[in-house]
Amino acid sequence: MELFVGEGNPHCLKVLAALEVTGVQCGVQFINHEEKVVPFLSRPALPALLLPSRQHLFSPNTICRYMFELNGPESSNQCNQWLEWEATVLQPVLFRALHMAVLQGKGSEVAKVLQGPLNVLDQSLGKGSTTYLTGEALSVADVVLWGALHPVLSDSSLALSAHQSVKAWFDRVAAVRGCQSAAQKVLQGKGLEAMRSYMQKQPAPQSSQGRDAQPCNSSPAESEEGDRVVSEEEMEAAVLTWGKDLNACSQATEKQHPIMPQEGKRNVLITSALPYVNNVPHLGNIIGCVLSADVFSRYGRLRGWNTLFVCGTDEYGTATENKAREEGLTPKQICDKYHAVHSSIYKWFQIDFDFFGRTTTEKQTEIAQDIFWRLQKNGFLVEDTVEQLRCESCQRFLADRFVEGTCPHCSYPEARGDQCDKCGRLINAVELREPQCKVCRQTPVIRSSKHLFLDLPKLESQLEQWLEKSTSSGDWTANAKQITRSWLRDGLKPRCITRDLLWGTPVPHPDFKEKVFYVWFDAPIGYLSITANYTNQWEKWWKNPHQVELYNFMAKDNVPFHSVVFPCSLLGAQDNYTLVNHLVATEYLNYEDTKFSKSRGIGVFGDMAKDTGIPSDVWRFYLLYVRPEGQDSAFSWADMALKNNSELLNNLGNFINRAGMFVTKFFEGCVPVMELQQEDKKLLAVVGWELQQYIQLMDKVKIRDALKHILNISRHGNQYIQVNEPWKKIKGGESERRRAGTVTGVSVNIACLLSVMLLPYMPAVSQTIREQLNAPQSCVNAMLQGAGTFACALRAGHRIGAVSPLFQKLEADQIEALKKRFGGQQVQIGASTQPAAVPAPAAVAQVQAAVGSDPEKAKQLAKAVAEQGDKVRALKSQKAEKAVIAGEVAKLLDLKKQLALAEGKNPEPAPQKGKKK
Amino acid sequence: MALRELASLEKYLGLKKPNKYSTQGDKKVPVLQNNNAPPLVGLVTIACHLAKEAKRPELLGDGAEGRAVVQQWLEYRVTKLDGHAKEDTRSILKDLNLYLQDKVYLAGNQFTLADVLMYYGIHAIVLDLAVQEKEQYVNVARWFDHIQHHPGVRHHLPPVVVLRNRLYTSRHH
Repeated sequence: MELFVGEGNPHCLKVLAALEVTGVQCGVQFINHEEKVVPFLSRPALPALLLPSRQHLFSPNTICRYMFELNGPESSNQCNQWLEWEATVLQPVLFRALHMAVLQGKGSEVAKVLQGPLNVLDQSLGKGSTTYLTGEALSVADVVLWGALHPVLSDSSLALSAHQSVKAWFDRVAAVRGCQSAAQKVLQGKGLEAMRSYMQKQPAPQSSQGRDAQPCNSSPAESEEGDRVVSEEEMEAAVLTWGKDLNACSQATEKQHPIMPQEGKRNVLITSALPYVNNVPHLGNIIGCVLSADVFSRYGRLRGWNTLFVCGTDEYGTATENKAREEGLTPKQICDKYHAVHSSIYKWFQIDFDFFGRTTTEKQTEIAQDIFWRLQKNGFLVEDTVEQLRCESCQRFLADRFVEGTCPHCSYPEARGDQCDKCGRLINAVELREPQCKVCRQTPVIRSSKHLFLDLPKLESQLEQWLEKSTSSGDWTANAKQITRSWLRDGLKPRCITRDLLWGTPVPHPDFKEKVFYVWFDAPIGYLSITANYTNQWEKWWKNPHQVELYNFMAKDNVPFHSVVFPCSLLGAQDNYTLVNHLVATEYLNYEDTKFSKSRGIGVFGDMAKDTGIPSDVWRFYLLYVRPEGQDSAFSWADMALKNNSELLNNLGNFINRAGMFVTKFFEGCVPVMELQQEDKKLLAVVGWELQQYIQLMDKVKIRDALKHILNISRHGNQYIQVNEPWKKIKGGESERRRAGTVTGVSVNIACLLSVMLLPYMPAVSQTIREQLNAPQSCVNAMLQGAGTFACALRAGHRIGAVSPLFQKLEADQIEALKKRFGGQQVQIGASTQPAAVPAPAAVAQVQAAVGSDPEKAKQLAKAVAEQGDKVRALKSQKAEKAVIAGEVAKLLDLKKQLALAEGKNPEPAPQKGKKK
Repeated sequence: MALRELASLEKYLGLKKPNKYSTQGDKKVPVLQNNNAPPLVGLVTIACHLAKEAKRPELLGDGAEGRAVVQQWLEYRVTKLDGHAKEDTRSILKDLNLYLQDKVYLAGNQFTLADVLMYYGIHAIVLDLAVQEKEQYVNVARWFDHIQHHPGVRHHLPPVVVLRNRLYTSRHH
């Protein structure tokens, strides 16, 4: 048996005390807090006890109890009760108290925080007349509670002496042999201070309100979706809002280019990471930046913010040069070609850029060189010679992506000269193992060359100051903060900003005239130059941090360049630049069970989406529904069909269509008179609440979470219609008919609200709904103001337009066909736990050629394979000549391949790279 | 909620006379009222008491080690699972999934009280998982399905559909 404990960890105090008191034989190891002992727990958990059966115990109280039970009787009910109280009631409070005392220096408030539990303990001890908690003998409950309270009770500065009975009991237990020595081992006589490093590594305690507000047994989702109790006040407020006149609300004006920051308005500048020009973007790229940014900028306009959304293609760099060589074009021609491809894809996806530019412009050169000279003048550039790979046969230095090799960190065989796709670490090309020139496949040699570096260490303290402010006041996603922190923790190093290339922004410095800027110095400057191509007053956006709020959207691999490298360039240039306020980074979107891969033809790429026949809006909806917000997610055809059919068709579309159809069929197309009853008021309040949630989440750029609230509203709506059955009531008496009218009128108004909330997600559908309802334009601008205004936009007597279904069902066979067509075809290996290997495109072609397998031929071939196999084995056992055996083996392999083809299987062995560890 | 759970547990244990319960504090901690002894407080404490009362000690594990493993998961249920922050849901599922990889029940090969209470506690989370997520936590889903079909356990909770055939092939992390 082995016990693992850590210094300064208060939970370890209990178990060591239990160990000493019981005298159980057990090895003890002091280890670091971060060390992982229990194999199945993702967070390190100490103490941990390795049992003789090799199982682990990782709950402190269970460990203590086990030690007591090894040599004694089972613990009593009373004892169990104290242990449970300690774990569920005392610990959360105690943790908060320790957090205050150790980390926040608020020792004086500890007494107040701990008062509740200490009172409970004091009363219980005072009531009984026993020496210890559960009787005359020391029990596990005494040791656990003593250990838990030791750090706070033994510290005189915390003023906790008011509880007399507790004090007496505490001293009695402390006198038991073994307790004091356990405390000494864990706290080293340093008291609370010994726990500092442990406490720093724990997540901050939740506030008491937050914790109590959440019912113990329901997941957050349930508490959101369950029947919320609606108060009378909420209903009254909802009815009041309902009666508001939307026309009286301020009318937002049509946007007029160029959009400029305005005094007294919230000026929001939105950028989406610049897509790299040399490839067609895949769905992951689209959701990661442009689509997310588009939703947010559309939402921003609805909220009445003065919003500018810019993006463009990133065109310089080695990848473009490579691509140009592959396609036999000049880099410029490649850029022109692919810029048009990108534009048309984003147009199809309805990405509403205010300007979509590119980085290969004169403005780019002008602004990049200006920032360069400023950095030079301010002393933030340093010169250094760099060991670089040079390909002798191509007569050139191999920058970045001109070289490939094995990653020095994770041994991924296809790492590029600048970054490893597998582990995501940045690589210095000379560190690559087994480097190869990408052009001629020769092994390059190391030569030195002079380069310029941005002196990041010199800018570090400025950067940290700014980051502190920006991350605390803005909405940075958790991954963005974390990635940035890890960069700073590792310490910043000077970063090379020049490259030996042709296709780039030229370095204006005479000593470096053969070189261009490194694309990561250059590319983010594209945001500025693209804006400069949009308006010559671009500086009103980019040198105006007091009036402008900047949102950057990107996938997580792009974070360090936006949070560290680029801000350093701008800080160092000292020209009052607008720096990012809100950095919104997504995780990765996978395709079915694998990565998107252009080279392997896996996944759906932007240009193919429209060939599927599935409308752009549905694509947008599904991508946003699975937006990798907070965690990786996956695109799956089956799931897309499911969500289309269940959420869009059966929930949202069904509700909106029914509401409209009732008006058309039962009320001649005119919205009926509504007389609100209690039930209707309750619904208004519920819908209003969902609208508020939507706004709160969208304000924080929680795009995926906000979408759920739209769908909740239509769910409530469907339920409301279902319960009230207007199609029956319309045939009843006068009062029933009036009831049908009210239900129909309320429903159709909810549909109108939904159209507005949907606008950022599904602009075309949103527009169609409003056309069908003939809804006034004013509702679009008014409903999302403030905390949300669910007003009656379609008053009694309003005439709606022609209603028709909004969505179509996606049939299983249609989806199956699409799944096949888009390559991500998986070789199913039955119930095998091995991950399915992904066939290379060539193999896919062969498989498809072999579809319609030939069982007769397969039978013959199987026989031939068996015979040939026997022959090879016979030759081997006779120790025949190597060449003879090799010849027969080759024949065997060929037969096997034919057999595989005849059986309609993939004849190629799974490629190495498909295997995952 | 905890009270419904205890009522279901009583039914499962076949206790004839239902006990009297009340709750304590904002968190509605269950309290078992007892005529001849002081009241018992706390879900785990009461549940263990009920198992003993029903003469089903095997539900609490065999031997000191077995009992410790059962207690371990009962403690996990009330400290880690109950009232967990939303962002911790994934890591709870991930840990459990890894733990259950080579086990039928939480205590290995034996059905125990830990399975019952963990099932009650995690129901809301599993209910909310998409098909795809259930496959991601395939061991949890398998265990969960097993427990919800264990005779007499489910009672107050709706069944959750867990597919046995895989719709999506495994994703890698």
